[in-house]
Amino acid sequence: MVPTNYYVILSAILFGLGVFAFIFKRNVITIFMSIELMLNAVNLAFVAFSQALGKLDGQVFVLFVIVVAAAEAAVGLGIIILIARNRETLNVERVDLLKL
Amino acid sequence: MSAHPMLEYLWIVPLLPLLGSAINGILGARWPNKIVNIAAIGSTGLSFLCALEAAREFLDWGQGFFRKEFFTWIAAGSFRAGFGLQVDQLTVVMMLVVTGVGWLIHIYATGYMAHEGGYYRFFSYLNLFMFFMLILVLAANYVLLFVGWEGVGLSSYLLIGFWFLKKSAADAGKKAFIVNRIGDFGFMLGMFLLFRTFGSLDFQTLFTNAASWPAEPMGHFGTFTVACLLLFMGATGKSAQLPLYVWLPDAMEGPTPVSALIHAATMVTAGVYVVARSHVLFSHSPTAMLVVAIVGCATAFFAATIGLVQTDIKKVLAYSTVSQLGYMFLACGVGAFTAGIFHLMTHAFFKALLFLAAGSVIHAMGGEQEMPKMGGLGKKIRWTYYTMLTATLAIAGSPFFAGFFSKDAILFAAFQGPTGGRILYAFGLLTALLTAFYMFRLIFLTFSGKPRYDEKKVHVHESPWSMLGPLVVLAILSVIGGWFALPTFYQGPDYFANFLGPVFGAREAAEAGAAAAAHNLELILAGVAVAAATIGFVVAYWLYVSRPRKADELAQSMKRAYTTLLNKYYVDELYAAAVVRPLLWLSTNVFWKATDVAGIDGTVNGIAHGAATIGDGVRHSQSGNTRSYAVWVVAGAIVVLAVIFFWPSASKIAMGLVR
Amino acid sequence: MGCEMTEPLLVFFVLAALAVIGAVSLILQKHPIHSALSLIVVMLALAGLYLLMGAEFVAAVQIIVYGGAIMVLFVFVIMLLNAGAEERTSLSKMAGPPGLLLVAALAAFVAATIAKSGTSIQATAQTGALSSTKGISEMVFKDFVYPFELTSFLILVAILGATVLAHREKS
Repeated sequence: MVPTNYYVILSAILFGLGVFAFIFKRNVITIFMSIELMLNAVNLAFVAFSQALGKLDGQVFVLFVIVVAAAEAAVGLGIIILIARNRETLNVERVDLLKL
Repeated sequence: MSAHPMLEYLWIVPLLPLLGSAINGILGARWPNKIVNIAAIGSTGLSFLCALEAAREFLDWGQGFFRKEFFTWIAAGSFRAGFGLQVDQLTVVMMLVVTGVGWLIHIYATGYMAHEGGYYRFFSYLNLFMFFMLILVLAANYVLLFVGWEGVGLSSYLLIGFWFLKKSAADAGKKAFIVNRIGDFGFMLGMFLLFRTFGSLDFQTLFTNAASWPAEPMGHFGTFTVACLLLFMGATGKSAQLPLYVWLPDAMEGPTPVSALIHAATMVTAGVYVVARSHVLFSHSPTAMLVVAIVGCATAFFAATIGLVQTDIKKVLAYSTVSQLGYMFLACGVGAFTAGIFHLMTHAFFKALLFLAAGSVIHAMGGEQEMPKMGGLGKKIRWTYYTMLTATLAIAGSPFFAGFFSKDAILFAAFQGPTGGRILYAFGLLTALLTAFYMFRLIFLTFSGKPRYDEKKVHVHESPWSMLGPLVVLAILSVIGGWFALPTFYQGPDYFANFLGPVFGAREAAEAGAAAAAHNLELILAGVAVAAATIGFVVAYWLYVSRPRKADELAQSMKRAYTTLLNKYYVDELYAAAVVRPLLWLSTNVFWKATDVAGIDGTVNGIAHGAATIGDGVRHSQSGNTRSYAVWVVAGAIVVLAVIFFWPSASKIAMGLVR
Repeated sequence: MGCEMTEPLLVFFVLAALAVIGAVSLILQKHPIHSALSLIVVMLALAGLYLLMGAEFVAAVQIIVYGGAIMVLFVFVIMLLNAGAEERTSLSKMAGPPGLLLVAALAAFVAATIAKSGTSIQATAQTGALSSTKGISEMVFKDFVYPFELTSFLILVAILGATVLAHREKS
């Protein structure tokens, strides 16, 4: 029997790593992937709590999270393609036209 | 219809001039002079008739005191002040003097101001003044009286500065208003004190309440003394006594009818009226009475000395007014309120006449006001000369003219006064001598001798009948005006004292009793006064008729004294240095530069500047750099986590709100 | 928390290690395609963990949708855009030290929260009573049918959006 705390700690670690990647990577696609990593970490926590509490609500929510992640990935990647076409770079620091 | 319709509708008396003022003010700009006249003279004349009718009804009513409150004006907490008008004998005297003399002066002004611009404006202001003055004398409580008080001050300002494009006139108007205001400050404080002590400012309530209080001993500054002194401070401002008299000579910048009406006959007497009306309060405070007497006497003497050497005809009359007002206050100060009011009435007649006649002289000389440039006018403008001579005889106290009885009564009362009466009497007598001197000096310089002006350049002509008529009427009054109060020992009933007796009550009865006993003393003092006046006349004759150059020689030999008097003891300069300049400095440097510019503007501008600076700083977060945005997102998430971690109750509330 | 190494615990540690290594690899790799592959490893590990917890439906969905659709999409885009290795550009002022600080803070918070609620959540027995798939389907189509329909609408919008965005202008 794995204690729930272990799952939550793992989720926290993964989330932290995701945030780290979110801040420090330069490639816009990599940043996007870090977002997916964060979502996965959260999913893990949901399922862990679902198991701990004995209810299935957590898993249902995970389902919805996955669906939304899919939709978001589709649209987001479309935007990334546009950015890549227009700015001819995937370096997020080159995309700074809103600079004052 | 009740038996006394006029009294029931007493508000008509002040309302008529107000209507005249409004009509002339609003519509008069396009009217020819004749129509303006109708409105102005008509409203004042009607008001006079109504006042007569009100007086008649009051005497008919015979119950001594009529008071009616027409509507409640202020009701705040325990403080009530209504639009209440009252009539008693004192009111009758004041009311008739104001409307009667006022009407005559209105008629005069139609002639005097005939060629002036802003004709309608002048009469509008004049009527407005009448309205406020009538409110003042008819008021049944201090608050309404104060409304009238302020209103006449306003009208005075408007009229003094009538020729507002002339800087000296505009300045004089401002000076009058500001100096008045200083006195009004004291007046208001006095009203506050009275309300706080007695709970009401209504005359009837207040005086009945106050009468039952014990009198305060001399030198003790209790409620009565302080309140009376504060009220008197207002009176010194309005009635031009020391130290607030400085506005009256400058007020001569206004047209002569204004000087006659406001600064001789009516407005300046408001202070005397207030003191007389508040005699119940004053008689509880010997200290205040003494102060009033001393100030009055000192002012009378002081102003007379200045008047000795002035060269402008109106300025001499102005200082004469200040001096005569001093006499009235002297009378009130020694308890002879009847004598003071009597002198008020007679003074209204002859001083108004003097001013109007002076206006006639100025009109004849084509605008010249300086006496050294006149001379020998007696033969040319006979009517003016004779009427002015009548007034001069009256003011000097010649026997059987109006001023004689009133001045005599005052000096007699002063002589018998409770504290230092002999000294007051001495100065009063000296002032009478000086008065006679400078008034006859005025007559001789203006009307006698050889003309000192270029006869080819100035065409001296008599004034029209619109101006001469009032002069004649006032001259007659100056003669017979005193006969109302022939004291008992002249084998004539003292109508006036008996008339005002019920107003001034028990005190006057005691005075009358004492007077009857000191019969002979009064005769002797009267004789002395006449002798003093005669001395003054003789000296004036000697200096200005017999030996015209003697006056200049005297002036040269006493040069220092002469210039001091000529420069009015440098009082104006003293005030400017001691009061005006420090105030200006304070206003400029402390209130304007420090408080307003640096403080208030600085704060407001500073806040704006601060907002701009903050904005400038926060702008850097909008860098356009996606990575920094990412960091901001994480930072926000941490804030939320921190709240949840450290402050769980708040997060629970937030969750509850969301649900 | 016992120290005995039971089987589930061993499996957990293996899968957890795999997930963490994958995440770290995602950060350390320079080429995005390597990062994508590392992410797939993470997802597979998580799917394993779901299975370990008895959530077989979720595990299956994770592999099919996340691993099979989303990550494939990522890989396609990377290949389409010819993404090369990352270049070294200067760090923006914001993302440097402050970012590090914030990450540390975040980690600290989460750790503290967990530590605070230390023993409050106990694992209950495995829910074997209700089969995962059946239970989930009952819940979705009964209690959560409204959100379910909304998500279908959401997907429709996403499809349209993606189509419009990727459409090449006829120049």
